[in-house]
Amino acid sequence: MSSCGGNLITILLSVEVMLNAVNLTFVAVDRFRDLVDGQIIVFFVMTVAAAEAAVGLPS
Amino acid sequence: MLVIGQRKPMYSVLLLIASFGALSGLYVLLGSPFVAVISDHHLRGRQSWCSSSSSSCSSTCRPRRRHRRQARLIGGAGPRRFGAVLSVLLAIQLFWAFRAMTAQPMPGADGPPATTVREIGVRLFTAHAFAFEATSVLILVAMVGAIILARKEPRQ
Repeated sequence: MSSCGGNLITILLSVEVMLNAVNLTFVAVDRFRDLVDGQIIVFFVMTVAAAEAAVGLPS
Repeated sequence: MLVIGQRKPMYSVLLLIASFGALSGLYVLLGSPFVAVISDHHLRGRQSWCSSSSSSCSSTCRPRRRHRRQARLIGGAGPRRFGAVLSVLLAIQLFWAFRAMTAQPMPGADGPPATTVREIGVRLFTAHAFAFEATSVLILVAMVGAIILARKEPRQ
């Protein structure tokens, strides 16, 4: 973890990994409960993640 | 762990792309192909990220200057004030949205108003599928344009 050293790209990657884990949980729970609400939320989460990457990438 | 444990950011991005591919497969197995397709689009975005971050990988040679520049960019007084104003605006909007949520039905809908996330999603992916896809393409193009415009010009 110390190799992160405040590197902005590593921070963004870590956020991506966390968002992916949450997305996977949403989809799995949706499948378990036979709903589609979580997929919609996953869609919005991915949109926000893409925007975050677009903002964080140029800096 | 592999993604965040790499020393070079390039390897981290490559491993993240691999994890995105694995996630797409999991989404398909879980019966949500639409999310898998979106994740795949996300993967394409990460590939462009990878190609552009390869240039910033060389920043490990001069991390101090880069760190100083980032600190100036994020920690200045101007951006903080701007962020505070945006936070207040967001709080006002959230307050207004939560108050208006039960007061009015959604306009422009034929039939009963969609009030739950499920109904909105079903309507979005059936009746308004074309507009939804067109908007997504437009946003994607806008994002690519923003990245290209914000890119630094290479030194001659």
